[in-house]
Amino acid sequence: MADAETNLPGTSAVEIKNDPRVPAELNNNVFITTLDKIYNWGRKRSMWPMLFGLACCAIEMICTAAARYDLARFGWELMRPSPRQADLMIVSGTVTKKMVPQIVRLYNQMPQPRYVIAMGACATGGGPFKEGYNVVSGIDKFLPVDVYIPGCPPRPEALMHGFVKLQEKIEKQSLRTVSWYQPGGDDVVPVPMLGPDMVDLRRSAEIAEKTRA
Amino acid sequence: MAEATTPVPPAAKTAARAEKAEKKLVITLATMTPEMMSLQEHFGADLIQPAPNEGVLIADSARLADVALFLHDELHLESIANATATDYVKEGYIELVYHAQHITGGLPLCFKTRVPRGDADTVGLPSLTPLYPGVEFQEREIYDLYGVRFNGHPDLRRILLWEGFNGYPMRKDWHEAYYEQDTKPYDSRWPGGTHRLAEERVPWADNVNYPPNFNPDEYKGIPDAGLYDTMRAEAPTGGPTDTPFLATGIQTDELIVNMGPQHPSTHGVLRMVVKLDGETITDLKLVLGYLHRNHEKIAERNTWLHNIPFTDRLDYITGMPNEMGYVQGVEKLMKIKPTERADYLRVIMCELTRVASHFWSIGFLLNDLGAFYTPALYFITEREFVMDLFDEITGSRMMNNYMRFGGVARDVTPAQFERIRYLVTDRFPKAIDEMERLLSDNEIVRARTIGVGYLSADRCVAYSVTGPVLRASGVPYDLRRSDPYSLYDRFDFDVPVLYGGDVYDRYRVRVLEMRQSLRILEQALAQIEQTKVGDIQAGKKAYVHRVPAGEVYSRVETPKGELGFYMVSDGGQNAYRYHVRSASFINLTALKEMTVGMKVADAVVILGSLDIVLGEVDR
Repeated sequence: MADAETNLPGTSAVEIKNDPRVPAELNNNVFITTLDKIYNWGRKRSMWPMLFGLACCAIEMICTAAARYDLARFGWELMRPSPRQADLMIVSGTVTKKMVPQIVRLYNQMPQPRYVIAMGACATGGGPFKEGYNVVSGIDKFLPVDVYIPGCPPRPEALMHGFVKLQEKIEKQSLRTVSWYQPGGDDVVPVPMLGPDMVDLRRSAEIAEKTRA
Repeated sequence: MAEATTPVPPAAKTAARAEKAEKKLVITLATMTPEMMSLQEHFGADLIQPAPNEGVLIADSARLADVALFLHDELHLESIANATATDYVKEGYIELVYHAQHITGGLPLCFKTRVPRGDADTVGLPSLTPLYPGVEFQEREIYDLYGVRFNGHPDLRRILLWEGFNGYPMRKDWHEAYYEQDTKPYDSRWPGGTHRLAEERVPWADNVNYPPNFNPDEYKGIPDAGLYDTMRAEAPTGGPTDTPFLATGIQTDELIVNMGPQHPSTHGVLRMVVKLDGETITDLKLVLGYLHRNHEKIAERNTWLHNIPFTDRLDYITGMPNEMGYVQGVEKLMKIKPTERADYLRVIMCELTRVASHFWSIGFLLNDLGAFYTPALYFITEREFVMDLFDEITGSRMMNNYMRFGGVARDVTPAQFERIRYLVTDRFPKAIDEMERLLSDNEIVRARTIGVGYLSADRCVAYSVTGPVLRASGVPYDLRRSDPYSLYDRFDFDVPVLYGGDVYDRYRVRVLEMRQSLRILEQALAQIEQTKVGDIQAGKKAYVHRVPAGEVYSRVETPKGELGFYMVSDGGQNAYRYHVRSASFINLTALKEMTVGMKVADAVVILGSLDIVLGEVDR
């Protein structure tokens, strides 16, 4: 049946040649592959990141998208300012307590499937500003992070490497197991509250108990 | 295995250190300048006294406004460059520090006053906003971080944090959740090595702290409290007679719209709240602090050397001038001077940064005009050449960490000089010519920018606006000329001044400044040949610097304007007070006046023409 095996970029698809069941004009044009592979192949090469910068890392993100490093080569260049149209949030900079409600809200507004890249030391774990009173020690306190990129700020090459790592991750996902097709798979994060300090509402019972004199 | 030395309890060590510092603390009173003398003559020696280290001390804080009026009207100190506070916790007062200046140049005049810590947030002191509108945001910052009330301030709310935040974080006795010790190096890290993770020490395993009996479910505070009050209080504009729609029966109303903090036009995480009548802006307020990462609090814990890489992250487009302002200030305190070669290298790096920064800001100004990304791509390409050089010379593209007290970290090789020379004499002049061909006579650029965002010279001065924005309004004020520092008195260059005061002239001033920077670079590249190769550090390299007790206000002209560092040393390894006077932050004070009456799309362009960087605005 299949006498030639060619690789679609990113998939291992089987090309059909000289099969009597396939009309002659479609020979060499029909490929057989799994749904997972074609689904992931399409998704990973058309990620739309959200146009969203926080701090210094955002400058390197802009440089990555600009002419020299040219992120468009990977199919990622379409930055969308609206979370409704974005697949990927790049948390590019220091996450402050004042900003974290907005970041979480933006994340909740993104449609599934959605991915998060923590770019740089601050987004990963607070970075040089970790001890600061207005700084959140890493966005993974609130959002599920897919790829962490070290650096302060990461060089454009590092950001691209992070993108490639995310592509690899997407490649391994399967339609049968991905969370967003599972019942209750909508992981909406409660938006933190700004009170006397930032309040993670998932922990409000614990906070009330520990502060009780 | 186990350490042989017995660990000394941290508290005892800290106390010993503090005692040592106290012994060294010798207070010298400031020498009186003629201006201070005339102030003293007018108000009497009881009210006006020479302050420790620098400036005059106004003994009665309630009379601050009288003194300021005299400074403004009689001594003609037109603007306040810097206003900040220092918390002297042991002495029990908060000292307010102002630096007033002549717009014609020269050293600023420093005046101080004191309020007791206990009732600073209830009694307070008079606001200087009616006289010097440029202190509006700075007073709000002091109120936010130090809890000093300014009576008569038009909109006294927290600016960098939010309403309801617990305490005044810059006070010395306010401790953050991850607090370990007053100053670094922490005893737990070195030499004992008994360090525990910050998360393990805090009950919430997180960087948060709550007052006793706090219950999140019952909390009713609003972080934006008071923000919309004044915007809503005013009656809708337009009475029955001048509303053309009334005849048609259509009701018009004013809208309050939030732009940001996530908005592609706001250059980072700035939030503009605008009141709109149709598409015309009738009121504007800014909400800042979305990138407030506590630079000053952290810097007061750090040792002096620790702070250099942090200054890079202030205005992350212009790392080099930031470092220069800081190391220059510390050098003044330490009374050392960099070697000549190091000084030339600093100038070269700063001017390269200026060219790169202006490329960036003009590219993004076009972005804001709606020419999305294509013009910016051209200019970012040029900037990349500077980034390449920095990368090679300093080891990092943006966060250079290049300057040291008394010198710089690395020398530049002849091959690298050759590349700088190529950029300065060949590549950049052509790129700037091309930019001008593309933009300066472009019909759309001119239609969108000429006459937009006008700010007159005297309003600029009153608002303490600095940098290209000030010079585009016709005020020839550039610190490289008006209060020369480093080697700038050795170069032949002009300070470009234009008189339109609008977005177009701000763009043009930046273009002209780039050409002047190239002129400076050419001269610096020629003159540095006469210095000794490798002689880049005065004295010995050191990790620990003991900076003599004193006080300094050091300022440099960054591409955005005047960047000042106000630092107080108590003779120890750390800054007792470290304050950054940032150009972006203070230039924003004037945004409302430029924007009201314009359309929404113009507000975006006006903000772009200010060229702010949020890292410096919020610090």
